[in-house]
Amino acid sequence: MVKNIATARNDFPILAQKINDQPLTYLDNAATTQKPQAVIDALVHYYEFDNANIHRGVYTLAERATEQYEGVRQQVAKFIHAESDEVIFTRGTTTSLNWVALGFGAQVLQPGDEIVITVMEHHSNLVPWQQVAQKTGAKLRYVEITADGELDLAQYGELLNAKTKIVAFTHVSNVLGTINPVKKMTEMAHAVGAYVVIDGAQAAGHFPIDMVSLDCDFYAFSGHKIYGPTGIGILYGKRELLTEMQPVEFGGEMINLVTRQKTDFKAAPEKFEAGTMPIAQVIGLGAAIDYIQSIGWSAIEAQERKVTAAAYQLLKDIPGVEIYGPQIGSSRSALVTFNLNGVHPHDVATVLDTQGVAVRAGHHCAQPLMETLGVSSTTRASFGLYNNLTDVKRLAAAVRAAKEFFQV
Amino acid sequence: MSLGNLSDLYRQLILDHAQHPHHRGELANANQTISLNNPTCGDVVNLSVEINDDQIKDIAFSGDGCSISQASASMMTDLVKGQSTAQAKKEIATFLEMLMGNPDEKDVDDLGDAAILATVVKFPARIKCATLAWKALEQAIGEAEKK
Repeated sequence: MVKNIATARNDFPILAQKINDQPLTYLDNAATTQKPQAVIDALVHYYEFDNANIHRGVYTLAERATEQYEGVRQQVAKFIHAESDEVIFTRGTTTSLNWVALGFGAQVLQPGDEIVITVMEHHSNLVPWQQVAQKTGAKLRYVEITADGELDLAQYGELLNAKTKIVAFTHVSNVLGTINPVKKMTEMAHAVGAYVVIDGAQAAGHFPIDMVSLDCDFYAFSGHKIYGPTGIGILYGKRELLTEMQPVEFGGEMINLVTRQKTDFKAAPEKFEAGTMPIAQVIGLGAAIDYIQSIGWSAIEAQERKVTAAAYQLLKDIPGVEIYGPQIGSSRSALVTFNLNGVHPHDVATVLDTQGVAVRAGHHCAQPLMETLGVSSTTRASFGLYNNLTDVKRLAAAVRAAKEFFQV
Repeated sequence: MSLGNLSDLYRQLILDHAQHPHHRGELANANQTISLNNPTCGDVVNLSVEINDDQIKDIAFSGDGCSISQASASMMTDLVKGQSTAQAKKEIATFLEMLMGNPDEKDVDDLGDAAILATVVKFPARIKCATLAWKALEQAIGEAEKK
């Protein structure tokens, strides 16, 4: 059934409430999205009718749970244009990236090898590589940004060399909103024989992602940023690389045969999924993907483009507001990060909260980027498929109220 | 648009301290310097203190933060400059208790301008902003006592 995006807001029960006597204007979707009733219902239905541990039971209920769990793996594979044995369930993007860094990076890196990341990485695609670099003696090198908030592709090209073993970058910046030219960057990295890891946390819920077309080696994203439950994430890896990659966690279900001194692991993806996985959350993720597809990418992209452009313009019209990241019309995703001169982002966010407007203020887990931008923190409004022009007008009115209140 | 409870948080006295903080800078003759940051938001307070004979002879702060953290640091330096370290420790304890919502009314009166920060309790997300400088001073005194 195709749903209409104009009424999609009604599918999210949380959005109907008031916060501080004002209608909730939820603009922190880059942190986590709200959940449609269909996802909530899928979780409740699973616990009411289908709950059992997967892969182990020989009884009907366990088979039903297993079938649903594996069904979502196939669904995710289709969603990202991959094969189902290339889809690993994890706890979230952070876990996915840690597993690649520790289970693959630490295997292939030698002292003197180079890891290339970018200065716009979220800490989750930065700290694991620092750790692996320290462990293996590899060198960590950074792609810088241009004045427009885009990656400096010329400098990226200069960084790549025969020693570059791993290149890891974000698909979309969680601060600048920049959509990076990941296909081109992947080609450039492959040309020097490097493996490519992409952080897709800020991409997956906003536009289609296609593993065949991107040709990256690993890709990570989270369920809770694409209208699904928390506690479930995805790691995609090319089949032959998942064979090489080692599990980071060990225990039940990931083994083929255990003897007193030695264990033989299962093949991917099972060898990575030790212990009881978040089964309900996997099933909830399946419902979230169904929901996204019932709205359709073209409607989601058009709505978010419209809302982002309006927010950019309305904020830009307020004297004293400085906006970070590429201009509208450039390759830019559904968020606007800004500062109001003379008012600390925390103070801005508190004023906005009194108006029911929920935004993020702080360093957005991207401290090296903040340092590059020359600020200690910023305010970020980020959008989802249910946001509309009314939300954006409330945002701008609340920023004007903050300006008036602090008399700047 | 109602901004009613905002003026609870941002009383004029708080805004005055935030806009024109007292004892801002660094001491040339400090014997204790402590930098504390709030890892969730990136606020930083650098405290430099001159402690001699169990007395806070001089104190200054620098760093970057919201109006609550700046005002709180300013008010704290006003209060503790010249105090004995024992007295300052008592004020810190009183302040931190107040920010946890358990004010001792009698002691709170001793906090000077800082007593006004009791209103921050109504904004739980901002409590850490208010306590940052005080925790830095607690550490600075602790280090001085080790010597």
